[in-house]
Amino acid sequence: MKSAVIVFPGSNCDRDMAVALEKITGTKPLMVWHQEYDFDKVDFIALPGGFSYGDYLRCGAMSARSHIMKEVIKRAEAGVPTFGVCNGFQILTETGLLPGALMRNANLHFVCKDVKMTVENTDSMFTSTYAAGEEITIPVAHHDGNYFADSDTLDRLEGEGQVAFKYAEDINGAQRRIAGILNGKGNVLGMMPHPERMIEPALGGSDGRKLFESVMNRLG
Amino acid sequence: MKARIHVTLKNGVLDPQGKAIEHALGNMGFDGVEAARQGKYIELDLKSTDRAAAEKEVDEMCRKLLANTVIENYSIDLE
Repeated sequence: MKSAVIVFPGSNCDRDMAVALEKITGTKPLMVWHQEYDFDKVDFIALPGGFSYGDYLRCGAMSARSHIMKEVIKRAEAGVPTFGVCNGFQILTETGLLPGALMRNANLHFVCKDVKMTVENTDSMFTSTYAAGEEITIPVAHHDGNYFADSDTLDRLEGEGQVAFKYAEDINGAQRRIAGILNGKGNVLGMMPHPERMIEPALGGSDGRKLFESVMNRLG
Repeated sequence: MKARIHVTLKNGVLDPQGKAIEHALGNMGFDGVEAARQGKYIELDLKSTDRAAAEKEVDEMCRKLLANTVIENYSIDLE
């Protein structure tokens, strides 16, 4: 499985993502700088966590309009599996590839800890190796992870299985405790928690590993 | 021409920073504040001298970048 990690000025989880992808897929991912217009054909695109462009204007707002994102949007719309973590999730909502927005945490605190979440959809290409309703532990580290969408959108997301993960307990004020969502086609996933930081016992757990393995299984 | 843009959170969208400001003012003894909402102010110097064209262009800037219309409203003043 060939993958690419998109790197923005201010990304800081790009290397974590690259290490996880290399360990799990066996292939070093392509690191793609935000000023590029194009990159080699890959099977999987990752948008890493961080504070791209210093979170200026809104988290992810600048990155979503960068040169490289035009190409990422084109490929995601064509069906290439695209995965955004934390700032990557914020970027995906800012591009419109995923609905809703991520706002400042309701209690205004930066949340940095391991959190329990439940796997809400195990049919997706990102979650198929988890058990239905499985509770997993994945770290979060964010200031703006408070997922917001209007109630019609939330109903649709829940009704159509587009909610991939929910926090077991409220940590940031996110509507309906949403931690991660899929697009309608199921090839784009955005989530606030960092599965790439939980891929082996030495890191404190390996609950994040199955996410990458699910994608590998699906892609063959 | 100058464009002055206000970006504010939509009604019904929780504004934790506004709430914190409201509480801080209350704690400081300003007990006349019923609610506080925080927004952004953006000022642009425009090349354009054509008001209608500028209005159209700034509106597009707001929709495409300056505001996230999922959660925010915007207003534009030109002068």
